[in-house]
Amino acid sequence: MIAGAPLALRADTKPILIAAGFVLVILAVGTAYTLATQGAATLLSPAYLIQQLQTGAFLGLVAAGMMLVILIGHIDLSVAWTLAAAAMTATAVGGPLALPAGLAVGVAVGLLNGIGVAYLRVPSMIFTLGVNAVLRGLMVAQTGGFAPQTAATDAMRFLGAERIAGMPVAVLVWAAVSLLTAGLLSRTAFGKALYGMGNSEAAAYLSGIRTRRVTVLAFVLCSVLASLAGVMLAGYSTKAYQGMGDAYVLPAIAAVVIGGTHILGGRGRYLGTVVGVILIVLLNSVLSIMQMPEAGRQVIYGGVIIAMLLVYGRGAPTGS
Amino acid sequence: MADAALSTAPRAARGGSLALRLRQNAGLLGAIGLFVLFYGVYNLYHPRGFSQQVLIQNANEVFTIALVAMAQTVPVILGGLDLSVGAVMTLVNCLASHLVTGSAGEIALGILACLAAGTAFGFLNGCVVVFGRIQPIIATLATGAIAIGLALFLRPKPGGKLDADLSWAMTNSLGDFAETYGLFDGGQAPWFQPIAGIPVPLVLLVLVAVCVWMPFRRTLTGRTVYAVGSAEGAAFMSGLPIARAKLAAFTLAGFFAGVGGLFLAIQTSTGNADIPQAGAYTLNSIAAVVIGGTSLLGGTGGAVASVVGALVLRAISFNFRIFDIPPLMQPLVEGLVLLAAVSLGALRALRTRNRLELFR
Repeated sequence: MIAGAPLALRADTKPILIAAGFVLVILAVGTAYTLATQGAATLLSPAYLIQQLQTGAFLGLVAAGMMLVILIGHIDLSVAWTLAAAAMTATAVGGPLALPAGLAVGVAVGLLNGIGVAYLRVPSMIFTLGVNAVLRGLMVAQTGGFAPQTAATDAMRFLGAERIAGMPVAVLVWAAVSLLTAGLLSRTAFGKALYGMGNSEAAAYLSGIRTRRVTVLAFVLCSVLASLAGVMLAGYSTKAYQGMGDAYVLPAIAAVVIGGTHILGGRGRYLGTVVGVILIVLLNSVLSIMQMPEAGRQVIYGGVIIAMLLVYGRGAPTGS
Repeated sequence: MADAALSTAPRAARGGSLALRLRQNAGLLGAIGLFVLFYGVYNLYHPRGFSQQVLIQNANEVFTIALVAMAQTVPVILGGLDLSVGAVMTLVNCLASHLVTGSAGEIALGILACLAAGTAFGFLNGCVVVFGRIQPIIATLATGAIAIGLALFLRPKPGGKLDADLSWAMTNSLGDFAETYGLFDGGQAPWFQPIAGIPVPLVLLVLVAVCVWMPFRRTLTGRTVYAVGSAEGAAFMSGLPIARAKLAAFTLAGFFAGVGGLFLAIQTSTGNADIPQAGAYTLNSIAAVVIGGTSLLGGTGGAVASVVGALVLRAISFNFRIFDIPPLMQPLVEGLVLLAAVSLGALRALRTRNRLELFR
């Protein structure tokens, strides 16, 4: 954080630039493919790009929350069923209370996670895993293991699927959340506390940061964002379904890490997470346009993460 | 006062060595207690409880998760985590469905190839972590995707065929094993009778633990794995072979996961590149490690403890069959038990007087 050198690259800016460059590479490769096969640059059309943003908005919300938790050196594996539980609760409650009910699920889960991690000191990896299992159990017991018959309310449809002046509302929500998160991280005491705790929780505690409250708040924000994504996703697909969040956990973690946030916390910029989300969504989309079978997609997906991290995510050598 | 502390410390260490050992292994002892409780109740209420058939069936159901839990343990002791164990298990499972068939020689070669593939993938993980210097969690997240991709190449749809004799022999009692391959007078040798009823998977499990894990943890490399998990800086300063320990830990994890995948293929006689199943195995392996008393912070615990953790997990689900818990409630009960089990370790935090000790 050296002031007075605006043109010099900050260490945590390099990953973002490289990831953004890779996004362009993906677009170029995909465009070359569509030009060769269809004779049209489909990927560069505004309609296609906006559709990608629409798809990415849900992942973007989950990743934004995940980043807050990763910054303090924890992880939240319960977002999968937090997302699904919020969606199912919202559709089950229905009416004007659907949205608050879904978000309330997020608050409750976040409080539970935060208390378990901050006060009981259970490693977040395993505690959130347990909470995830309990949530799944609750939802299976509640819904009978089927997709609930209840439909998303109009408000949820509006958030998830409608457009304002050609721009999907979901993207606008993602943009708003992104602005808030970026401001939270860079301009508030809470944001500084997250970075400080990620670097050294003991030092943060000794500096007077109420580390336990900060941890709980980070987990609550993460779960609320996951539940918001769930409510909106239910609106997008008109209803909630079993396992709707499963496809979001690992990509969210990958997006955060590809964006340059250190997996053990303390370092990373929010802009990187946005770029990471866009990269993953585009990669998936281009691979499916190229009709890559699932097997190849998985290999490329894993290879890309490793390659990106080899370029800029390497730790210091042992002993330095 | 300092003198008193000096003079009493050794005596306390000597006199209290049993108590100390018990305290150090409190997590494991708790897990053993849980297992005895759950499995005892299961057998008591099972119509054919405490019988050989039930034991054989359960041993088969336990083997793969036990091996995957062992696989997870080694990187966890190192202070890392391996999110690819379920995927490597699945990859070897699919490979085995192609290779473990044909003549006796082909089968033997196929088994060796499967074990080598798992080990090689683990070694690859180790290389990414050691030479790529990428955090284990995220490195194995990525290599796990690669392993699943390769498994899908091998088996786009579930299928394949394994040698039927082998499947039968490996998933039944030692007596059936001997009978299948004509050993010990077809399993009728008098000296063989006392052990003929032991399930083969159980024997394999003990063999893997005794012949691979226990010697490993006594080697310099094995001890270094513990040292790195406990304090990597101190291990480095002491001149321990850190890179070798990390490579060995992930390689061993790949080997254990490979054994698990091979057995799953032998047991089910198919290869199945099931992504949710691979994820479930990985997550359950972490749960088993924690229930067995190994700290996710590294430096303590052991693979045998994780086997007990896996046994506890499975014993809980066995009970669902006995007690009429509605199928829809089972995931909830499973989740609550898991959450309760991992929260038990939290009691330490509530006892700590100096809060600074909690940060590590």
